[in-house]
Amino acid sequence: MGRSAIFVLRLFYFLEMTMTTLKTTPLNAAHRAMGAKMVDFGGWDMPVNYGSQIDEHHQVRNDCGMFDVCHMRVVDIKGDGVRAFLRYLLANNADKIALPGKALYSAMLRPDGGVIDDLIIYFMTEQWFRVVVNAGTADKDIAWMKQQAYTHAPALTITSRDDLAMVAIQGPNARAKVWQVLPHTRAATEGLQNFQAAECGEYFVARTGYTGEDGFEVMLPKEKAEAFWYALNQAGVQPIGLGARDTLRLEAGMNLYGQDMDESVGPLESGLAWTVDLKSERDFIGKATLLANPPTRKLVGLLLLDRGVLRGHQQVHTAHGAGEITSGSFSPTLEKSIALARVPNGVQIGDTVQVAIRDKMLAAQVVKYPFARNGKAI
Amino acid sequence: MSNPSNLKYTASHEWVKTETDGTITIGITQHAQELLGDMVFVEAPAVGRKLKAKEECAVVESVKAAADVYAPVSGEVVAANSALDSSPETINSDPYGAWIFKMKPDSATDVSVLLDATAYQAHVDSEAH
Repeated sequence: MGRSAIFVLRLFYFLEMTMTTLKTTPLNAAHRAMGAKMVDFGGWDMPVNYGSQIDEHHQVRNDCGMFDVCHMRVVDIKGDGVRAFLRYLLANNADKIALPGKALYSAMLRPDGGVIDDLIIYFMTEQWFRVVVNAGTADKDIAWMKQQAYTHAPALTITSRDDLAMVAIQGPNARAKVWQVLPHTRAATEGLQNFQAAECGEYFVARTGYTGEDGFEVMLPKEKAEAFWYALNQAGVQPIGLGARDTLRLEAGMNLYGQDMDESVGPLESGLAWTVDLKSERDFIGKATLLANPPTRKLVGLLLLDRGVLRGHQQVHTAHGAGEITSGSFSPTLEKSIALARVPNGVQIGDTVQVAIRDKMLAAQVVKYPFARNGKAI
Repeated sequence: MSNPSNLKYTASHEWVKTETDGTITIGITQHAQELLGDMVFVEAPAVGRKLKAKEECAVVESVKAAADVYAPVSGEVVAANSALDSSPETINSDPYGAWIFKMKPDSATDVSVLLDATAYQAHVDSEAH
């Protein structure tokens, strides 16, 4: 078996080995004690699996599992006029969230329309919005936010909450397990809608996630993270690695920043048109470029008809021109290979396309996504 | 799981078993399957194909990565394990039973000079850091 091939065809988390010290989360020792296989994920020493990645995937779809997402960054924006600032900063409209605790998914764009990051904002009060950004882009995101605030809202404070840890508990039984471990949070979180959060003392509990399943993302003081992790495990919640996190989000049709979109491509060509508000009067960074440049490509789902595995960067040949797979893997729920691909606009659902895999051209069908959510294939 | 002492090994993590009729059976090692994780697809070489030593000839794909399998020695492919088409995960559960293909080697000497179990383990340990 070719060792070099593993690295050439590595997944997103198989970044180049470097001699630099990897960053660790407060759960690092717990992962090792639980038998995790650790990998370098964008400079973080993270668990890719604790045994079988496929078993972990099914565990989340059928019961529940917990993920260390401490590498993601919590940012608090506070002061008068936060909402007006976010209205200008983000492609989605902060006015959509009026109920306290409500969350909104948005892209943050450059003036040329390229995606700086995708993030979730939580409306807590008119003086406080909480933002959660990706690990690899966090420093860049905060610098951009501060630069924009300097010009447009100098009175705001933008604080990176490096004192917080974050654990995601996902699956049909996830909420019940959290209530078992943190009974005092139940009253405040039982009535949460999907995409809504509540603050319960030191715990910030959000009904959000990245798996297509019900569940919570819990932010808590770093020093309490390990005890929380072990308490969940005692309650029967299995740890889930980044490997299954990737197949779960792909089945759920959720974009991964750096693969499905980045600064070189706009949100309308990345399956994110539903998050971009071009109709209201509101101006936002990137809007003028998006209006002046209608998209010529779009993101579609692919289902491989032949035997093999779709992977990122494979070329897609269609009747309307070339495209490229942005994320591909084996779907444990469908037991087939699936992918997201950026293709010319003319390609339609139901079309058969050809994907170049090594020396072969394999047939794939263009399909709607998500592929699976809430425990079932769609 | 230790590496069986009756097998030969390559630095690229294939195991090689010499059969009584002089043909050789090839699979990937315990260490290789552990690196790759859950196996979901195997493409074995066509029977009759002539291979040179170290030539890429098969592909194993796990959920997370694809890897080439190389011919341990020169020779001709005489069989491919079609059972892996429907159950590639047997490579994870039984790496030294789940063979991928069989060859008729050009020379038995080529096989005898491959790594033994001890030398292979030393190679794995050296790759670890």
